Amino acid sequence: MKINGLFDSELKVISIGLESFRKGLSDSGVKSVQAQFKPPLVGDRKLFEKVEKRVSVVAKANREALAKILAAKPALVGMDIALKVIPGMKRNLILHAGPPITWERMCGPMRGGIMAALMYEGLAKNPKEAEKLAASGEIKYAPCHEHSAVGPMAGIISASMPVFIVKNTAAGNYSYATLNEGLGKVLRYGAYSPEVIERLKWMETGLYPALKAAIGLLGGIDLKAIVAQALHMGDEVHNRNRAATSLFYRAIAPAVIKTSTPAAAAKALEFINGNDHFFLNLSMALSKASLDAGCGVKNSSLVAVMARNGTDFGVQLSGGGGRWFTGPAPVPDALYFPGYTKADANPDIGDSAITETNGLGGFAIAAAPAIVQFVGGKAADAVSYTLAMYEITAGESNIYKIPYLDFRGTPTGIDVVKVARSGILPFIDTGVAHKKAGVGQVGAGVLSAPPEPFARAFEWFAKNIR
Amino acid sequence: MIKTVIKRGAYFDSVSLMQVAKKLNSLPGVLDSAVVMATKENKGIIKASGLLTPEVLKAGDSDLAIAVKAKTPEAAASALKAAEELLNKKPAGAETGADRKAAGLDEAVKMLGGANLAIISVAGRFAGALAADCLEKNLNVMLFSDNVPLETEVELKKLAIGKGLLVMGPDCGTAIINGAPLAFANSVRRGNIGIVAASGTGLQEVSTLISNEGAGVSQAIGTGSRDVKLEVGALTLLQGLKMLAADPATGVILIVSKPPHPEILKKITAEIKKIKKPVAAIFLGGEIKEKIKDDFYPSKTLEEAALKAVCLSKGWQMARAREIIYDANLKAEELARKEAARKKSAQKHLRGLFSGGTFVSEAQVILPEIIGPLWSNAPLDKKWKLKDSMRLTGNAVVDLGEDEFTVGRPHPMIDYSLRNKMIVSEAAKPEVSVILLDVVLGYGSNMQPLDDILPPIREAFRSNKGLSIVASVTGTETDPQTRSKVVKGLEAEGVLIMPSNAAACRLAGRIVKISAKK
Repeated sequence: MKINGLFDSELKVISIGLESFRKGLSDSGVKSVQAQFKPPLVGDRKLFEKVEKRVSVVAKANREALAKILAAKPALVGMDIALKVIPGMKRNLILHAGPPITWERMCGPMRGGIMAALMYEGLAKNPKEAEKLAASGEIKYAPCHEHSAVGPMAGIISASMPVFIVKNTAAGNYSYATLNEGLGKVLRYGAYSPEVIERLKWMETGLYPALKAAIGLLGGIDLKAIVAQALHMGDEVHNRNRAATSLFYRAIAPAVIKTSTPAAAAKALEFINGNDHFFLNLSMALSKASLDAGCGVKNSSLVAVMARNGTDFGVQLSGGGGRWFTGPAPVPDALYFPGYTKADANPDIGDSAITETNGLGGFAIAAAPAIVQFVGGKAADAVSYTLAMYEITAGESNIYKIPYLDFRGTPTGIDVVKVARSGILPFIDTGVAHKKAGVGQVGAGVLSAPPEPFARAFEWFAKNIR
Repeated sequence: MIKTVIKRGAYFDSVSLMQVAKKLNSLPGVLDSAVVMATKENKGIIKASGLLTPEVLKAGDSDLAIAVKAKTPEAAASALKAAEELLNKKPAGAETGADRKAAGLDEAVKMLGGANLAIISVAGRFAGALAADCLEKNLNVMLFSDNVPLETEVELKKLAIGKGLLVMGPDCGTAIINGAPLAFANSVRRGNIGIVAASGTGLQEVSTLISNEGAGVSQAIGTGSRDVKLEVGALTLLQGLKMLAADPATGVILIVSKPPHPEILKKITAEIKKIKKPVAAIFLGGEIKEKIKDDFYPSKTLEEAALKAVCLSKGWQMARAREIIYDANLKAEELARKEAARKKSAQKHLRGLFSGGTFVSEAQVILPEIIGPLWSNAPLDKKWKLKDSMRLTGNAVVDLGEDEFTVGRPHPMIDYSLRNKMIVSEAAKPEVSVILLDVVLGYGSNMQPLDDILPPIREAFRSNKGLSIVASVTGTETDPQTRSKVVKGLEAEGVLIMPSNAAACRLAGRIVKISAKK
């Protein structure tokens, strides 16, 4: 028998389960830590054993996928019209957030967003016509994610919408996102009133040309550097983008002034300045470009996509060949705007969880003290959420760092095996849409991803590991 | 009316949930409530109470189900609100972040540099995998959880031995390592007596008796109750013996166990023979007839074993142990006569209501010699198995810690309510002469034993004038409840307190015996 050194060492105890067991320890001066416990997401222990047997294969695949994600250098390299640049984009195709879904199963805000897009495209004159056309079968729907694109909330992209082009200059892959419309009644929250369409039209004819010319003059903007700095300035670049938007503004303003008329430049810059969320779509496209680089690694259990369509929550794995694993989308816990309650809220919606997938948003919430009221009001809670995410990630970012954690890199590369085993679910910042089409945003908050998609993804992974 | 709330994916341990349910039941207008994880087993349990709604039925293993039966919708709604508040209540200290909980095992190991032991008290079906993770991280394990499969126990123990680690449990309720009381343990003096015990209550009894006699404990290793089974082969008990044999701070070794399987006993005696330190042992309900070695001291009761260990520890003559017991008996005899004199002729029987399982065994070792066989729900001899554990006949001792009583409610060492009811109902029976109780103190046990047990005791004495209540208080002065305080409180109400369970059993037996001769 090997000698057990327990009696000769200072006793240091980890208690898992009953917290009352720490009383005797503290009374006797013994150092101890309480570890939270959650049951695994999957009851079948054989699946875990199967993965354990191939642990080195999986670890190697995950290292490879994570290295590609961390090595990504996403830059804003240009803008164009969706139809011209998004792969597979068609006139009668509308891209939406989250996993695939039919018109019948779509939630109110997504339907509203699609109706707005059809009116925006001139395919329908009024909401009634738009709704009829949307349900007619003439219009096709597909997830943004299946077209290298991402969109916040309803995530609607139609053919003539202008989009940012983000290039991962390390691997050469591209991602696309629409421009952020601001707060209030906006398409992405399912609003389709005339003012919504009007703003979108100005974005196409005023904002888009101004920004496109400015980006052309600059030759590109390093988005990764902006996000890294924004984390030091109190953003987590999902629910809070004030610092990142400001940094973007500093980067682009001189070029906008040089390339546009004073009136057009002023209007474009005022719009960005008046919209603290302007950077959100860029932070999502940056995340998409980074994660896509880590896709397609055989036997990698890293999560490459988390996205919601307001009905289902979907997950894709790096080694999952584009398969969606889905489950019902939960209704977020949130701070609601005056006059609204949880009863008004639509289940979770949007591609913006791509930021969490990339180690930002809820995963970096310890960097954003200003938004802790969403998590119970205490900075310590935000820190706890970020620390918990290290339990389910394969690594840490080498660029995105959190000052409060002594500049530790943000938890990056969600490992579905760790999620399934620990029962710890990804923590996501989110906006909340009204469940009825046309109303818009009713609050903002946080939620844990639902267990089902991760359980299914893990089961598939464990069964298909080679 | 019944109202239900399901919280998806919200895991709480069963003890926290039972505490919430207990508080809900005390709210005005609330008739009954269940706060459980919606597992198949729990659904079965709450079905019996009529709280199984379609919503609960639909919920899954990792969902929390709160069901409230109330007189009015308002009462139900406020109970549900209270449940949420209780569940979300953060423990004191958590607010500052200084006592932050680790999100999982990985973070806990990082937070606590040099961690060397894990206490696991999560539901049994998750405990095995978690224990394996802990061993993987080179942590010794105290596995408090029960309902861990036997194969898992063997697997874990073999894995541990291969790595030079210790697995105490599963179903290990008590241990004292490097002076620290773990789980349900008492605050005892440190000294040179090393204990290995397959019984939690047994370990609490011997360690407190040792401490109260002025000796002390070096280490007390719990093995879990199944360790001495044939399938497990006493893996932990043998490893514990080796560790204590090699421990320079241990001068005397004390083994506490049920009778092991004969084949396993051979392994244990072979190991004992190798130990160059005196070994005292109690295999409760079984006897060791063979001569193992010169300085091996078998005993019949926990009390005797503890006192023998004290004699060895202090270098006293072994006869001193017998003298201590003899003196206590002498005093008890006087008390017994006084008590017997108060009895009415119908009062014939003894009812032992125990929270500690090992005490029930000890009672069955001691009492039959005085008053003949006893009925029990946990009989040493199956012949004397009670047909219905709630309906006691003749002389009877019940273990209220058995699964039949504890499914869905906290252990009787924490929650006295079931035993309190039985104290009152047994006392009301004219044939009952003596009620025999154990009161177990220490960490993990009930923190307000007097507040909880005195009201039913008063009621018992009111309804039965000739009744005797005899009890032992397992604990020490430094326990959080303070033994002397509890003893005084009980004595003030007329309870006869003895220094050990064995002594309490003998007194109770003598009272019954003497009054029978009247």
